[in-house]
Amino acid sequence: MKEIKFTVTDPLGIHARPAGILVKEAKKFSSKITVWKGDKSCDMRKLLALMGMAVKQNDEITVQVEGDDEAACAEAIEKFLKENF
Amino acid sequence: MVVATGKSILNRIGIGKIKIYKAPTYDIYEGIVEDPAAEVARFEEALQKAIDQQGVLYEKAKKDAGEESAGIFEAHQLMLEDEDLQDSTKEIITEQKRSAEYAVKTAFDNYAQMFAEMDDPYMKARSADLIDVETDVLDFLMGNDASSMQGTEPAILVAEDLAPSETVKLDKSLLLGMITREGSSNSHTAILARSMNLPSLIQVKDIDDSWDGKMAILDGYNSCVYIDPTPDLMETLKAKYDADLKKDALLQELKGKTSTTIDGRSVHVYANIGGPADLGSVNENDAEGVGLFRSEFVYLNSKEEPTEEQQFAAYKRVVETLAPKLVIIRTCDIGADKTIDYMNLDKEENPALGFRAIRICLTRKEFFKKQLRALLRASAYGNMGIMFPMIISKWELVEAKAIMEECKQELIKEGHKVGKFQVGIMIETPASVFVADELAEEVDFFSLGTNDLTQYTCAIDRQNAKLERFSDTHHPAVLRAIKMTVDAGHRHGAWVGICGELGADPTLTETFLRMGVDELSVNAKSVLPLRKIIRSIDLSKSTEWSPDEV
Repeated sequence: MKEIKFTVTDPLGIHARPAGILVKEAKKFSSKITVWKGDKSCDMRKLLALMGMAVKQNDEITVQVEGDDEAACAEAIEKFLKENF
Repeated sequence: MVVATGKSILNRIGIGKIKIYKAPTYDIYEGIVEDPAAEVARFEEALQKAIDQQGVLYEKAKKDAGEESAGIFEAHQLMLEDEDLQDSTKEIITEQKRSAEYAVKTAFDNYAQMFAEMDDPYMKARSADLIDVETDVLDFLMGNDASSMQGTEPAILVAEDLAPSETVKLDKSLLLGMITREGSSNSHTAILARSMNLPSLIQVKDIDDSWDGKMAILDGYNSCVYIDPTPDLMETLKAKYDADLKKDALLQELKGKTSTTIDGRSVHVYANIGGPADLGSVNENDAEGVGLFRSEFVYLNSKEEPTEEQQFAAYKRVVETLAPKLVIIRTCDIGADKTIDYMNLDKEENPALGFRAIRICLTRKEFFKKQLRALLRASAYGNMGIMFPMIISKWELVEAKAIMEECKQELIKEGHKVGKFQVGIMIETPASVFVADELAEEVDFFSLGTNDLTQYTCAIDRQNAKLERFSDTHHPAVLRAIKMTVDAGHRHGAWVGICGELGADPTLTETFLRMGVDELSVNAKSVLPLRKIIRSIDLSKSTEWSPDEV
């Protein structure tokens, strides 16, 4: 399992459109991707659940990636997070 | 005459007859259905149509309002594709044996409710997006045609609320304005109205069906609508309306054109802005970049000293939004008249000549480094220039650059990206003019701050009314100082711009061009009028600029 820790700097947090693109990115991989904020978690493939976590600016999230392509997947997700949030 | 007030989306005026827009009513069968499998199939068909429609709306919005505004329909599409949402809809059909309509309404409403209960205003506003996609699916299920509600005459549309997809489906050529009882300025309908340049009022609580067909003026400047306006009022606001149209025509004529003289000399016309709120004005007025972005807003909008992360987020947003346009950010220019509690600055006898700007930054190195680190990190996201204010000596510039280099090395070591950026200084003191040759060796550009330069050169406080007789904004000393700066910059390969108020003075535009000024940065509203002047100038017609001219 791979784990990424990330602090959101975007003033709007994880908001609709980029969240949508993040979901699309996540769907490219077969690994299970779980997003944690505090003790709440959701599947990164699910846009509404992800938006429902209300991740705001300065919130720290943890992303756990588990599966056959976890290395490539974790790398791609981390890059995407850094560039967009 | 009736007057109703609300919140205005943009400063524009709409004049015309009112059309009351009624959304279709949804009569939904709530009983048990015989064949749930058929309902699931109906749902899937309508869902697919709605998903496809978002693509069509995306293209239409892109054409009417630009790509950024159109993005909402991409988000809508992704919401419709959400597995949880689809599963819970189908579950209601199969387990409760209900109609597709009932299931869509129940499941989508639940999600909308979840967003409505969130405390973040941005997320709250997303609840409207779910209702919007719900309506799209229901319209396909029930065979409604929302666009037929608009009527066939040009009108100011009055509605309870307008969803983004409703707004985009409307025929723009028949739309003189929009008024809604609901809506928030964060809503995408507001964003779309803004980018379509459509006069709009939201949160008008006193909307009334009896307005239908009456003459009205929507006054976006004063956030109100007049029903059956008096002739006097009509005349006044019609004049304002015509002035707006004139500005539009100017924009139409000059948008996307270069600021080039008849004989082919090009200058850059940039905008001066004071904070992220002004970002929209840069593109609205077709500025080619930002010649002066005052970073003071990050300090003034905060009770405590802003952290590196806060500053980074603000700068990143600015350069990213305007990329690939050049954005020149001036480092902290606090002191003198702009004091802040947490800075603990002593009261000074003569603040204009006191502890301010780069002098504070070079004294409080940790404070300065916070800003420089944030700027350098943001430089990776666009096309940035960093500009130091109030420089009088070369050592100040050398020291500022050394601190910047120190920050850069630290950031790279910590794994942060640092982009390419230009480095420049404000020329706003007579001292910097006299040593401009030495300074030019160290920079990519100079930017003349003519307000302070005039005040320091002539020893005249511009705010002092008693000095009016002695004050001359076109003083030859100032104009010669500008010429000296331009020449010194060019001798060392640095470009030279003007970001003070003088840059927007149309009587000096030709003089500045003859001096060889490369860039004029003015308030956003002056960008297009200035471009018009530049395009009418022919430098081949007369001689070189000489100080004797003034």
